[in-house]
Amino acid sequence: MDRDKGWNPYLAGGLSGLVSILSVWVAGKYLGASTTFVRTSGMIERLFDPDRIARMEYFIREAPKIDWQWMMVVGIMIGSFIAAASSGSFRLQAVPDMWRERFGPGVGRRAVFAFIGGIIAMFGARLADGCPSGHGLSGSLQLAVSGYIALACFFLGGVVAARIIYGRGGSR
Amino acid sequence: MTDLVYGLITGILFGFFLQKGRVLRYDKQLGALRFQDFTIIKFMLSHIIVAMVGVYFLYDLGLVKLSIKATILGGVVVGGLLFGLGWGMLGYCPGTSLGALGEGRWDAIWGIMGMLVGAGLFAEMYPLLKATVLTWGNYGKLTIPQVLGVNHWLVVIPVAAAAAVFLVWLERFEARAARMRTEAAEGVHTPGGK
Repeated sequence: MDRDKGWNPYLAGGLSGLVSILSVWVAGKYLGASTTFVRTSGMIERLFDPDRIARMEYFIREAPKIDWQWMMVVGIMIGSFIAAASSGSFRLQAVPDMWRERFGPGVGRRAVFAFIGGIIAMFGARLADGCPSGHGLSGSLQLAVSGYIALACFFLGGVVAARIIYGRGGSR
Repeated sequence: MTDLVYGLITGILFGFFLQKGRVLRYDKQLGALRFQDFTIIKFMLSHIIVAMVGVYFLYDLGLVKLSIKATILGGVVVGGLLFGLGWGMLGYCPGTSLGALGEGRWDAIWGIMGMLVGAGLFAEMYPLLKATVLTWGNYGKLTIPQVLGVNHWLVVIPVAAAAAVFLVWLERFEARAARMRTEAAEGVHTPGGK
């Protein structure tokens, strides 16, 4: 862990802020990620029942297609891989360290929690119309009222969940 | 097509910095939610300060447009809290899940599958939600400068300053917590040796 320090988070965060500015300037696009899951879901469901998907209101609004944001989300994975592989911090890991300390190395329990957490998180993100990227970063930086309310609710819900899962106090 | 290329390049750069800032990992996300490790807060606030100043500067020059999401209290509050609960369970958010996968943390796959199911579920329930939760407290597209009726720089500068002060306080808080941990550890281990 100590050999795997990474950059100063202020520097990395500030540089990512420049990426945000450039993206808005050059492409007219604000960062976001959760709509991509809707589009992908629609693309997968369309394989089974195209007529039904074509009629569904939400998939008419957020058409199941590959767009700017879809490519950006794929890009995040590639960029992360490049950064990790070039600095030797790429590591295949089935269970995060903190999780392992509390619940052991079992993959099953982690998979169930992550899967259910994913369902709840994405349902909430769509209801809120954004995630920590769309509301938390892009909304806040534009001084949108919705961005700050969402950010507060994200953290409040997250702190409650973490407290329930890990209990009071810390493992340290 | 150009859009898709821009998207890919933007994502690669963003993902690169997310990984370098070490904010993609479960331990960092839960670390923040457990008040133990504030890396993601530092990253997010730095991003917001820099991009806020840059975007509003370009906005004044007429070079960019804002894209504000509506403030629908029902959706933002209920959805935001639900997102938070799920985020605490998963330990990744939609963007960082793909990034975590990119650095080999493949438990993100379960989360990505769950999020695809969650998106599908939301699409099924959208007609119902649109008629209920998404009508509660709809104030439309609203920014803080609009609410206050002031020029945006009168909000940008105080927000940036407040974020900077908060970060300084956070650094001191962390230093104090680290010192207390060291002292506590020494107190336990010194007498008997380890």
